[in-house]
Formats: sequence, structure tokens, C-alpha cells
Amino acid sequence: MKYQQELKDSIRKALPGLDVVIAWSAGYDPLHATPHFIRREEDIDRLEIGPFSVHNLATYLPGLRGKKVGIVVKGCDSRSVIELLQENLINREEVTIFGFPCTGVVDQTKIRKALGHTGKVDFCQIASQTVVIGLGGEEHKLRLSKVLADKCFSCQYPNALISDHFVGEKISPSVQTEGDDDLEAFEKMPMDERFAFWQKEMDRCIRCYACRNACPMCVCRDHCLAESRDPHWLSQEDSVRDKWMFQLIHAYHLAGRCTECGECQRACPMDIPLLLLKKKMNKEIKELFQYEAGVDPEATPPLLSFKMEEENINEREW
Amino acid sequence: MPVLKGKELRIVGFLCNWCSYGGADTAGVGRFNQPTDLRIIRVPCSGRIDPLFIMKTLLNGADGVLVSGCHPRDCHYAEGNFYARRRLEVLHRFLPILGIEPGRFEYTWVSASEGQRWQQVVTRFTEQIHKLGPAPKIAGPAASETLRQMEAAL
Ligand code: SF4
Ligand code: SF4
Ligand code: SF4
Repeated sequence: MKYQQELKDSIRKALPGLDVVIAWSAGYDPLHATPHFIRREEDIDRLEIGPFSVHNLATYLPGLRGKKVGIVVKGCDSRSVIELLQENLINREEVTIFGFPCTGVVDQTKIRKALGHTGKVDFCQIASQTVVIGLGGEEHKLRLSKVLADKCFSCQYPNALISDHFVGEKISPSVQTEGDDDLEAFEKMPMDERFAFWQKEMDRCIRCYACRNACPMCVCRDHCLAESRDPHWLSQEDSVRDKWMFQLIHAYHLAGRCTECGECQRACPMDIPLLLLKKKMNKEIKELFQYEAGVDPEATPPLLSFKMEEENINEREW
Repeated sequence: MPVLKGKELRIVGFLCNWCSYGGADTAGVGRFNQPTDLRIIRVPCSGRIDPLFIMKTLLNGADGVLVSGCHPRDCHYAEGNFYARRRLEVLHRFLPILGIEPGRFEYTWVSASEGQRWQQVVTRFTEQIHKLGPAPKIAGPAASETLRQMEAAL
């Protein structure tokens, strides 16, 4: 990444006043990055940002309240930080935000499907629009546009929406404004097909709760309804109903709060299209309240407020 | 008005204590004829209704869910129903995403004195659910067990 050095310098300057700075560094193989916690000056050298900086590091913020935390954010991650601020889940004075112009991150699932392989790769180089991956002595060339995360194609906020230090030049949002294929296909489905679709997808769920744990807005920790015994929202049964119900709990708890960062779907080991559910829900929220989560630190989330006369609700018509 | 013909369906109603439950009572005291499919759960306020109650009710095999509270500006707790209105409206749009027909859930306002209105609301909603028929059930033994339990309870 072009601005990596600049970012390191910026962190170096700020580090003495901070307990930790969260960024990314190289992971277990050249295809993966890992969250990187910078506490000392020498940790800064290992920082790496680029197409593998997939993790939304804002997920760590609520757990670090009371500490002085620095965080490096992509545009989409910055929306999670804003949403956390909107809900008073973090204190603005305690976080120092480092932004950079993000040109997109990969979707590991797409790479895995393209390579037909899940093992360790030997090397990976990204030159302009091509990804070259070395695997078992062979070279695989993939077009970058084939493996970028879907969210990056329709990204409206590539530059951090909130930051204390911004490195590099701001870039303009992705031009693609045409519709979302998945969403459009889904919207064409009749009710009975949708009902069957979700049951089929949710049947694969192994109830690992990785979707919840990765979600920056799931902050309940030990108080999550999924684990509550009183009231007993979910049984321990391995039934589609319980798995689906959990996903509905998660989705509804995110109503008007979800910033579509896509962490839930990225974290899901079963490739369940969780983001589709959230995208559709957000579309409804936007229509109802002209509201998008995580863009304005001063805005109140729609379900935490009301109007005496609601413009778009005609409940008296029923 | 005569009770609807044919087999009863499972309709669950969440009613606030102060207005709609009173309204249903008024309808009863006034001996207004009503369909008998509805099972009422009394809650302190429409603002107490977690939309997840409704989702769980539907996933567990109910054919319809009706919510009724005090008219806007008449809430016993001043603003409970204003919050409820937003949540329930979001739910109204959320259920069809899951493949649950839009008409299976409605919410409305009935005051304690509106016995007649309550009668109309129940009748209308029950007719609406009968038109939709029994809700599609989630496959699996767990659902049938719940149905057996519900059958026993009815
Ligand atoms: S529900 Fe998914 S997309 Fe929405 S904020 Fe949570 S992780 Fe991000
Ligand atoms: S699913 Fe709901 S209860 Fe569980 S952590 Fe997320 S927001 Fe909290
Ligand atoms: S991450 Fe996927 S498999 Fe795990 S609980 Fe969530 S939906 Fe289920």
C-alpha cells in the first residue's frame, strides 16, 4: 500500500500518548493478514495494510474502554466507529483514529473458490489488477476484480468518515451505482421460496456464533440472548428453527445499527449469506427513516427515537 | 357476527394492559360476537413487546400475530407506543424478507372504550389469516413437537 510508510510515521508520533494501536500485520500465509496490536515502537515495523486488511478492527473498541486506543480504519470500518460513538459505546476522547484511502479488500471465499484449494499458499503478489498466487509449485493468476469483496464494488465511503490522522489523498467513491445482483435476485423470489431459501441456508449453521463475535455492533458479550437461560430464547437443539431464530435475533438487534461492514458473513465458516439479510433490512430502514447507520456521529439511531407523526408509517391504514 | 366457519387457526394477540386489553374486555362485557381463534397475551405496554416475541411466535407455528396498543398520544407511559410503532413497522417490513406473508402480522390501536372497534379488528384480522390459510411450518421434529404441545393447550 502506497501510504504504508506515512501511516507508520503517523502512528510513531502518536504512540507515546496511547496504550495500544490496532492495525494489521502479515498472517500465517501470504494470503492472510491478522489484527496487529502495537504497544511498543518496534511493533510498528510489522504493520501492513493492503487488500488483505479485511478485519473490521472496530470490533475490539468496546472491550478496550478506559484505555487510550489508536485504531486504523478502512472507510467501512470508520462507519462502525461512528455507530459505536452514536450509541455511546465508546468515548471519543479515548480513541485516536488513523484513516487512509482504501482501494478495496479481498474476499477469501472467492479466492478459495477460484483456487479450489484451502491450504497454505507459497506466495502472493498483487501487481496492478492481477493477483498471482503460488500454490504447490504452480502459479495462479486471478483478476483482482474477481476476488475483491462485493462491498468494495459499491463502496460509497472509501475514505474514513471520521479520523484524527488521515494519510494520503482522499479518493472518490466507487463509480458502480447499478443495482446489487444478489439483492435483486432475492427480491424477485416469492414468499414460499424465501422461506425455503433461508431454511436451506440456515440448515448449514453450526451455531459457532462467529458472526456475532465478529460483528462490531454485538456488544452484549456474556449477556447475549443466544446464551441466556432465563428467558430461554434458544434451546440447545440442533434444529433449523433455533439456528434461524438466532440469526433473526442478531439481525433484529442490528436493525438501524448495522453498517453493512460484512464481518458477519466473512466470519461465517459455512458461507451463509448473512449480509444479504442485513442489506435487505438496511434497505427497508433507509426507505422508512431515510437513515443510514454510522455516517453521522450526532445522529440518533432510528429505533432509539420516534416522531409523534411519522412521515412514512401509515399504521392507521390497516 | 357469526364465528368463522371451519377449523380454527392459531392466532396470538399481544395486547397492552391499559387500552387494548380493556377494549377486548369491553367487547366481552358488551357480548359482541367475535371469532375465537385469537389467544391473548397481556403485556404492560405495547412498548414492552420485543419484536422477537412475534418472530418466535411465528417460527414456532402460529398462523398470525396481532398486536394492539393504546392510540398514539394515549399511552399510559406517555411514549411506549411511539417506540413500539417504529419497531413494529420495521418488523412488518422484516417478516416478508424471511418469507412470511405480510398479512400474518398486523398492529393497531384500540382504546379501552372501543369494544366495537375491538370486535371489528379481531374479526378482520381473523378473516385475513383464514384467507392466507395455515402458515407454512418449518421442517423437523422440533416443530411437530411444538405443534402437539400447542394442540394440547388449545
Ligand atoms: S451485522 Fe454484519 S454487516 Fe452488520 S454491522 Fe454486524 S458484522 Fe457488520
Ligand atoms: S445477537 Fe443480540 S444479544 Fe447477542 S450479542 Fe448481538 S446484539 Fe447482543
Ligand atoms: S458464523 Fe455462520 S455457522 Fe457460525 S453461528 Fe453464525 S451463521 Fe452459524
